[in-house]
Amino acid sequence: MKLSSKDILGLENISADEISYILETAKEMKKTVNSSMKKVNYLQGRSVVTLFYENSTRTRVSFELAAKYMGAQAVNVSVATSSVAKGETLIDTGKTLEAMGTDIVIIRHPQAGAPHLLAKNISASVINAGDGMHEHPTQALLDMMTMMEAFGTLSGLKVAIIGDIYHSRVARSNIIGLTKMGAQVNLFAPSTLLPPGIEKLGAKVFPNIYDAVADCDVVMGLRIQLERQKKCLFPSINEYARFFGINPENIKRAKKNALWMHPGPVNRGVEMTSAIIDADNSVINKQVTNGVAVRMALLYLLTGRE
Amino acid sequence: MKTLIKNGIFILNGKEEKTNILIEEGIVVSTDAGTEAEADKIIDASGLYVLPGLVDAHCHLRDPGYEYKEDIISGTRSAARGGFTSIACMPNTNPPVDNAAVVRYIIEKSKKEGYVNVFPIGAITKGMEGNELSEMGIMREAGIVAVSDDGKPVMNSDIMKKALIYAGQFGLPVISHCEDLNLADNGSMNEGLTSTMLGLRGIPSVSEDVMVAREILLSQYTGVHVHIAHVSTKVSVELIRQAKNRGIKVTAETCPHYFTLTEEACRGYNTNAKMNPPLRSREDLEAVIEGIIDGTIDIIATDHAPHHFDEKNVEFEKAANGIVGFETALALSYTELVEKGHISLLQMIEKLTINPAQMLKIDKGKIECGKAADIILVDFDNEYRVDVSKFASKGKNSPFDGFKVKGRVKTTIVGGKIVYEDL
Repeated sequence: MKLSSKDILGLENISADEISYILETAKEMKKTVNSSMKKVNYLQGRSVVTLFYENSTRTRVSFELAAKYMGAQAVNVSVATSSVAKGETLIDTGKTLEAMGTDIVIIRHPQAGAPHLLAKNISASVINAGDGMHEHPTQALLDMMTMMEAFGTLSGLKVAIIGDIYHSRVARSNIIGLTKMGAQVNLFAPSTLLPPGIEKLGAKVFPNIYDAVADCDVVMGLRIQLERQKKCLFPSINEYARFFGINPENIKRAKKNALWMHPGPVNRGVEMTSAIIDADNSVINKQVTNGVAVRMALLYLLTGRE
Repeated sequence: MKTLIKNGIFILNGKEEKTNILIEEGIVVSTDAGTEAEADKIIDASGLYVLPGLVDAHCHLRDPGYEYKEDIISGTRSAARGGFTSIACMPNTNPPVDNAAVVRYIIEKSKKEGYVNVFPIGAITKGMEGNELSEMGIMREAGIVAVSDDGKPVMNSDIMKKALIYAGQFGLPVISHCEDLNLADNGSMNEGLTSTMLGLRGIPSVSEDVMVAREILLSQYTGVHVHIAHVSTKVSVELIRQAKNRGIKVTAETCPHYFTLTEEACRGYNTNAKMNPPLRSREDLEAVIEGIIDGTIDIIATDHAPHHFDEKNVEFEKAANGIVGFETALALSYTELVEKGHISLLQMIEKLTINPAQMLKIDKGKIECGKAADIILVDFDNEYRVDVSKFASKGKNSPFDGFKVKGRVKTTIVGGKIVYEDL
């Protein structure tokens, strides 16, 4: 099987079959990540550039290691020190990177659709590492991989996503990907942070956290940006934590063996209490490991298209 | 020099007539008895409609200051190609039209180098900043026909109230761009499922509605006429309808894109579907058409807003707002409203000619003896595809490229002179 597109822009345009195939491949890749000899040569002679217009630790490092474990040349362009600071357009920056022989550009950008614009204008592959409030497909894939490892399937799973859905590209990609794979997605958020029409994407919106997590296999928290409080989206961190934070008491109705997940970085005590983050059911660190495996799989599959 | 237009279907005094029109020295001298014998030049309009030149109450010519987008020459040529013989241009130039010098510049350049009649609209406030009234009286003397801070709302209700009272004294219509900036919250498309799916910040329809309601209330309170620009929402249409029923002096316009496209056109981050107000939902579109049918919406304006390719070939949120409109407005109005049976050809023509002329209080929009011969010849029968590469405008930013439409302007005559011919 070959991926149908040269780019990974979002789960919206990746089929269920392709998602399964990517997750299968990632399973193989994880063996390398977990071994003491983290070197395979699938990407030898290839070059990969991470172009990040927003801060990131885990996603950028994860892509860089994924590329390096497979023998690629990996370069990180940090926007603060690049020509972008001089006012270069995204398309011009992309064409410059391409002219240097880059095979894959991994982009994170504060504006939705930026990876799409880049992909349209260069022939190198583009991977979306998060665009505005739109999609974060590799995060959703690593989340799905983590669920697969625990339950063996995605079909029929019940996944509750709790928190700032409005600004969350992680939530959008997970809603799209999980419903595509036959899972049910429940949502709970402050009503100011629920985007209009979200239930039309196949998710169910609940009025309280107790019902949202009832009988769920996975409870996923989302990062809340503390400065949203200034935009009147919620009154205070204290109140957010009390009504919208995940704690052991309010998720009692989830299944016994349910997984607690979070894309990170976590505001401890705000969207999740430490009792959840550090619990046995928490797979937050597994998510990070699977992030490398999923990204290796994508780099491998994209370069193997020719 | 005498010109005779013959054999067409003429729209005269609000009805279709089979007749001839005789033009002498740029003036219509006869709308019935003209004969070939007396003419120096004969224009055969067989198979065509002969209409009054269209009047646009809302366009952007970008001159002075943004001539890389459009200038008075290219903009008026584009208007001529679209059948518009009189156009009112918005003041958001650089510098903005908030003083008589810029007004005179636009009028003089238009007279010297333009293809159609240009009527500048002055700013409501200095620098269009919403703080202090501009010199409306002096600009009126220099030739403005209305005031507007188009592109920006006057957010301060007290300033808007005073602007209405003051403009009213000079007989200047106030054209309001209705948008509550706080509610719009830096959004870049309509708020709804599509904005959620694209991950773009939404501009809720209520950001338009609350300002339409405010302008209606201010108009009622002051007794001064207010004109609502580019109506795009269902609730706005309802509010204007109620206001008119209550006798409040409000008029309204919409643009072809609001009755042709919905927010769906933004999918794929299509920056040529980005404008302000944004394309709305199907429900809004249907309400706009209802408003056109029952007369709530008086005017079809273009909101012609040319931009450079580079300003659209960027991230959606960074892309400039607006689309070019002169060269598609008539065809879209005909195809979407008349062909689909919503309104008659005559009703459409009113909304593109006499209604905007009356709102702006300019003596245009009809074919009449003793008046300047601003006349267009139109083929409404043959379907064609919109081709932006053929546009006379410098701007090619249109979401309608490739659209199949009917209504092609064959000849445009301004003051008796042919300024455009489709050869």
